[in-house]
Parts: sequence; C-alpha cells; structure tokens
Amino acid sequence: MQVNQTLSTLSDMAFATSVVVYVLAMMLYFAEFASARARHSERERAAEPVAAPAASPPVSGTATDGSVVGRLEPEPRKPWSERFGGMAVAVTVLAALVHAFSLVTRGFAVGRVPWGNMYEFGSAICLAAVVAWLVVLYRQSRPQRSTTPASKLRGLGGFVLLPTTLLLFLSGTALYAQASPLQPALQSYWIWIHVSAAIVSTGVFMLAGVASIMFLVRLRHENNPLRAEGIGSRLPTSQALDRIAYRATVLIMPVWTFAIMAGAIWAEAAWGRFWGWDPKETCSFIAWIVYAAYLHARATSGWRGTRAAWINVFGLAVMIFNLFFINIVISGLHSYAGL
Amino acid sequence: MSTSFLRRILGFLRNTWRGLTSMRTALVLLFLLALAALPGALLPQWSLNESNVRDFADEYPRLAGFLDDIGAFNVFSSVWFSAIYVLLFVSLIGCLLPRSTQYLRQLRARPVRTPSNLSRLPHHAEGTVPLPPDEMLAVTRRKLRHWRSEERTEQDGTRTVSAERGYLREAGNLVFHFALVGLLVTVAGGQLTRYEGQVVVQADGSGFCNSGTYNYDSFRAGPTVDGTSLGEFCLRVDDFDVDYLHTGQAVDYHAEVRYQSGEDLDDGTWRQHSLKVNNPLRTAGDRVYLTGNGYTPVFTVTFPDGQQRTKRTQWKPVDGTTMLSQGATKFDRPDMPDEQRRHRNQLAVTGLFAPTPELDGKVLSSRFPALNDPMVAVDVLKGKLGYATGKSQSIFSVNQELIDSGDLNRVARENLSVGESISLDDGTTVRFDGVQRWVNLQVSHNPFQPYVLVFAVAVIIGLGASLSIKRRRIWVRITPGGSAGSGEAASTSAVEIGGLARTDQAGYGEEFTRLSGELLAGGTGSTSSAAGEENSRGRSS
Ligand code: HEM
Repeated sequence: MQVNQTLSTLSDMAFATSVVVYVLAMMLYFAEFASARARHSERERAAEPVAAPAASPPVSGTATDGSVVGRLEPEPRKPWSERFGGMAVAVTVLAALVHAFSLVTRGFAVGRVPWGNMYEFGSAICLAAVVAWLVVLYRQSRPQRSTTPASKLRGLGGFVLLPTTLLLFLSGTALYAQASPLQPALQSYWIWIHVSAAIVSTGVFMLAGVASIMFLVRLRHENNPLRAEGIGSRLPTSQALDRIAYRATVLIMPVWTFAIMAGAIWAEAAWGRFWGWDPKETCSFIAWIVYAAYLHARATSGWRGTRAAWINVFGLAVMIFNLFFINIVISGLHSYAGL
Repeated sequence: MSTSFLRRILGFLRNTWRGLTSMRTALVLLFLLALAALPGALLPQWSLNESNVRDFADEYPRLAGFLDDIGAFNVFSSVWFSAIYVLLFVSLIGCLLPRSTQYLRQLRARPVRTPSNLSRLPHHAEGTVPLPPDEMLAVTRRKLRHWRSEERTEQDGTRTVSAERGYLREAGNLVFHFALVGLLVTVAGGQLTRYEGQVVVQADGSGFCNSGTYNYDSFRAGPTVDGTSLGEFCLRVDDFDVDYLHTGQAVDYHAEVRYQSGEDLDDGTWRQHSLKVNNPLRTAGDRVYLTGNGYTPVFTVTFPDGQQRTKRTQWKPVDGTTMLSQGATKFDRPDMPDEQRRHRNQLAVTGLFAPTPELDGKVLSSRFPALNDPMVAVDVLKGKLGYATGKSQSIFSVNQELIDSGDLNRVARENLSVGESISLDDGTTVRFDGVQRWVNLQVSHNPFQPYVLVFAVAVIIGLGASLSIKRRRIWVRITPGGSAGSGEAASTSAVEIGGLARTDQAGYGEEFTRLSGELLAGGTGSTSSAAGEENSRGRSS
C-alpha cells in the first residue's frame, strides 16, 4: 500500500482552499446579517404575527397567471443584503465541493477511507455539517415551504460556518496528519459503516446545536425586544430555529444510535467484547442519553422551549468533548484514531 | 384508625409510583444517568487500566482514597450507578405497561368525531367543489384510502369523514422502549455467564486446549462460571507474521492457526484459520482473538559436563514501534540432585533484544520492529533465582533483591548476534540460537451476545419508526352547496377540511396542504385551484 504523494498534495491544497472559501462565505453571511437590520426588524414588527401568508401569489412568471407570461418586468434591484446572502450560499456550495474533493483525493492517495485519523475525521465532520446546512436551505427554498423561506433562514449561516471553520482550521493545523495507511485495528469494512455514521451524526448534531444556541438568543430577544438586540433581531424566528434543531436531532438520532451499535459490533470483532466502558464508548453513551433526554423534554410540558434547547446545547458540548478531550487527553482504545 | 393508616400508606405508595413513572422523573433519571457515567469517562477505571488508577493514586493520594471509597474508579459496577439505572428501568416498565394496553385499545377504536369548528384547528382549508356531495364523498374516500377513516352523518344531514394515520409511531416507540429493557436484561445475562482468558503461545506450533482455567495466564469470569464446563477446543499457532511500512508502522498482523472442536476432537481433524486483528476465530461457542505479540530469543546453555538445555521464553516489548524487548530466560542446572547446590547454580540470561539493532558504542537499541540481523544485549546471572522462596515471580525479570543481597551475581555481559555465544569461567557456554515469535491470545465467551444484537436491532428499528412516523388526523366536512335549479339536488359541495398532528413532530403542514389542495380540486390532482385559503398556523406547519 503506497501513498500517492501527488494526490495527497492535491488534497492538502484543496483543503486549504476550502478553508479560505468557507471564510469568505462566512463573511458574506455576516455581511448579509449586518446589512439586513432595517429590513428584518421592520418586517418583524409589522408582519411577523400574521405569519407569511402561504397562499400569496407566487413570484411573477408562473403559468397560472396568463397576463404575466412573456412580459419581462424589470426586476427590482435586490437590496445588498439579499445579494450578499445569495452569494454566501453560492460560495458555501463552492467551498463544500472543494472540500469534498479534498477528502476524495485524500482517500485515493492512501487507497482507503478518508477518515482514518483525527485530521480526516474532523474535516469530514465539517463537511457533514455544511451539507446538512445546505440541505436545510434547499428544502426551505421549495415553494411549498413558504412559511419560512430560505432567505429568512440565511441569518443562521454565519453561525453555522463559524464553528465549522474553526474545527476545520484546528483539524488542518494542530491535528494534521500525513497521509498514511491504516493501522491493522482499523482495517475492517466497519470503518465505512461505523465511522461514516458517527461523522454524519456529529455534523448534523453540530447544526442542531448551533440552531439551539441561536434559538436561545433569539428567544431572549423575542421575549424582550431590548435584549440581545444586535444579534437577536436579525436571526430567523425562534420557531424556525427550534424547528431546525428539532428536526435535525430527530433525523439523526437513529443514525447516532446506529453508529454506536455498529461500533459495538466492530468492537466485538476487534477488541474481544462489544461493550467495555472505554472512555469513548462511555462518552458516546452519555451523549446518547442527553439526546434522549432532549426528545423526552420535547414531550414534557414545561420543558419544551428553553430547557429543551439547553439540553440540546449540552448534547453538542458532550459530542465536542467526546471528539477532542477523549481522543487527545484521555488514553483509551480510541486514542490511535488520534494524531 | 388502622384502615385510614393503611389507606394513607396505599395513597403514598400510589403517589410514589405515579411520580416514579412520570415523564418528568424519567427525564431527571436520564440526566442523573448521564451525570453518573461522567466520572467513568474522566477518571481511570480499575476494570480498564489498573496502572492508570495507580498512577492517579500516586499523584493525588488523598483525593484518590476518597474517590476509591465512593467507587469512582469502578463507576459501572458502583451502587449508585446501578441504583439510577434500576430506577430508570422500573420507571420505564411502569410507564410502558399502561401505554401498551392503551395502545391496544386505540388500535380498536374508531377515528374521533369531526369537531364542529374545523377552523380552530392548526391546519384548516375550505372551498367549494363543483361536485355533488355524494361524489365528493367518493373522492374523499378514494383520497384517504390509506387512512383509517370513519364516515358519519351529522344531525342536519351533513356528511363528515374522520381519518387518522400513523399508528405505527406508537408501536415503534413501544418496541423501542421494550427493546431497551431487553438489552439491559441480556447484557446482565452476559455478565453472569461470560468468561475471558488470556494466554501466551509460542508461534512455533505450540498450542493449548480450552479444557480448564489452569491453561490460562489470566482468567476472569462471571459468577455462574466455575471453570468446569468451558467450550471445548484445542488450538495451535503455526506461524505469526507482521507486515511493516518503512516507517515501522504495522499494517497487518496475522497468525496461522490450526484448531479442533466438537467431533474434530475425536477424529483428530485440524482446521486452518488465519487469525487477524479484525478476524477472530469463532468455534465451540467461544471466540479467540489475537491481542498481542512479541519476540522470543532462543538460548541454548551448554553446561561443563556437556549437557544442553534450550529455552524459549517470551520477552516483552518495551517499545511498541521498534519492538525493543526485554526479558529473562532462566535455566536450571540439570543433574544436580542436591537442592542447595542446584539453587546456587541457576542461570538467568537477561537484558534487551533488538530485532533491528542499532549500537551506540555497546549500548543496544532498536531501529525497526522487523527482524534484520537481530541482536541481544545480555547479562548472564548465576546463583539463586529464588523460585523456592514461594514468592510469585515475573517471567520477564529476575528478582532484584537477590542481586542486591549477593545471591545472584553477574558473570558476563555481552552483545550477541544470532549464532554467537558467551563462555563463562566455569566452562558453561550460552549461545543465542535465533528468534521466534509469540502471540497473546484472548478467549472470550458470552452466550447472550446474539440476543443482545437482536434487541439492539429492535432498538434502532423502533426508534426509527417512532421518530419518522407522524400520527396525524384529518377531518372533512361536506355540505351541499348551491344547485343549478332550485329543488334539485346540489351540484356543488362546500368542503371544509381540518388537520391536526398528534405529536410534537413538525412537518404535517406540507402533507396537509397537498392533501387538502387535492380534495378541494375535486380529486383531479391539480392543486392550484382557487379554493384553498389555507391557514397553516402554529408550530406544526
Ligand atoms: C432507559 C431509559 C429511556 C431511554 C433511553 C429512552 C429513550 C427515548 C427516546 C430516544 C425517545 C424518542 C422517541 C420519540 O421521541 O418518539 C423516547 C420517547 C418516549 N419515551 Fe423514553 N426513554 C427512556 C425511558 C422512558 C421512561 C421511563 C418513560 C416513561 C415515563 C418514557 C416515555 C417515553 C415516551 C412517552 C416517549 C414518546 C415521546 C414522544 O412521543 O415524543 N421513556 N424515549
């Protein structure tokens, strides 16, 4: 098993490029965020309680309205904030493509899965989080979803990319590892199953956690418009944020359960027992319990809003702790996945 | 008085039970469980790594004493951890039983009556459809054919349809929670009946049989295992090899083994298996794992009277990446009937072994884990090795006390390549013959493992169903609308539709919009009719 140096260098370059492009996207999101103030707060005070009328006629040019067909109305110039937002999304997509390219070339360079050490793992988690974010935007941009159009969600974008770029940067510097083949313990098809499930779960939980944090900020503002005004007034509604957090968590909880169980099945073959309270196993178990608590809180009166959101944030904290602290500081069987 | 006392007690018990099985208690217990597991991740644990616990205790002796007293180094078998999960599972079962009967009742119940005011529901749509009520009813029936539905006629003759869907959600949820109980029970069963043994085997065709615990270097077992009925099999290790990268990173360990179990034991058949890190041998209800390896330098001692003894004792790697190893190979002088004299003429060859030697002057270290002209740097010690003292001895070293007391003396120090030998003053020679490899094998047994897997799969399936399926209701009220001529039957229908998602699940709005649109279009499929001013409001849109 020889490492292909050309591909590995290419992968490193793509990785660095994607970080730069992500930073650019993040700045664009924040540019939209900053310049959106007037528009957002106006609209909120005036129109929000009525909830965007779902049946309002679609934007010009649909076939049902004969008079419009063929007539080219000069589009009103979009305000700057809208244009920043549109660019931000486009740049995010570009960054994600470059990022994916970096992972794929890394995989080909070493002839194995591109998540064999912490650098690759962290990078893949970030990609999962970004893709999850793009999926949310895409789903909300479909016409049936006019209650919260994508443009109103974009305010979250910068806050999703902030931790993502940070983690990506950390992975690329402190955690960076040269391309090399896998240790024997990792040579199993379970690495495809277990680790990819863990990566996707961690990425989506990251999105959910960010949405819950911003939900808490936004709710502060909604309860008292004078509080947290700078950020709160420009965020999506608390309802929309709560929904993103909840749906992301609900979607990914079975995947996370599966990731843990696949890990147990693998451990049975590799370490001689399916569960041994290794620090990584323990911490994953704790995260699972916390997310189960989140789901229960959503079904318990008095816990639904703020408290549930705090639990979700706590869940994310456990996941991050599990990723960094357990891999780096505490010695366990997972430590080789490290540096 | 006594009856009222009894009643008070009963009331207290009932309240306790209600409290324990409430969702809020479950929530608190879940938190406690997460919290209680935390020290298990942060502190070293006896069951995982004793030396880490000892290091910790050396560093913080007072804290460690306290922590050990409260079981913080043994979290997962501590009283408090068990108490929390037992309470949680009692709460769970207390919550599940009534929920199951309730669910069975619901399965037989008919969808509820249409509320009189549909516009108060979270989802609502209305419009006029150019179909007579009967046909509209037929359309509705067709559209809702995958729903459990019930048609009713209200007092004024208005026809309504109530429909409900997503019953599998609760079924999934119950399966999930019951499977958790099953998981707990089967894991506990495994704890009682499991065993695990470790044994070092030379990879030169040597082997062992799983016939008793005495064959193991260490053996741990659950309380129901007395060691008399282990799964019967025998195993030999013919060869062991490791592939290394040029960096010294190992990329593949494999041991070629032969084994026999069941009928093979009687007719002497041996089967082959290539034992690898992710490929254990499964036989006779047991699993055999390759968990470690090392080198065995082979030494031959020729005593002055011409007698020879060859010994193969494993040495233990002290550096995992270069496989520099250390150990002690011990020899008894043969044919020396006098105990006293024999014990004073024992020999130990002890020191370092380097698979790929690197010499700094005479100091030996290793550059690479594979064999390239291997070398040992040994001290030959002569005297009393102290087997007789009754103290347990490490096989990797000699007793330092005996050296200090002068009972054991160094008689030579030399670096040897394969084939070289040392001659001692008394005419004894010690030759370094060569190297072979040893492997550490672990034999594990847990008869409950397949059942654990079954419940784990049920947990995932139940959870998936419970989280992805929505329980939702829809009601359609059809009133005769205007007609072309008076006196004739109505040729249009006024249709009012209401919807309600019964669970916290967001996302019914989309389906409702589509369905109500289709209904209001008279089932023609086009949803862009003029009809629906839909007010999907509230959090469930
Ligand atoms: C080992 C302890 C428990 C774990 C790990 C656990 C886990 C979960 C999970 C992951 C869900 C999500 C499914 C969903 O939201 O539909 C859930 C739902 C639920 N659990 Fe538990 N649970 C436990 C104990 C309990 C107990 C003790 C009760 C009763 C007091 C309970 C009652 C419920 C109910 C009613 C739901 C449905 C909530 C809903 O529909 O959103 N659970 N549980």
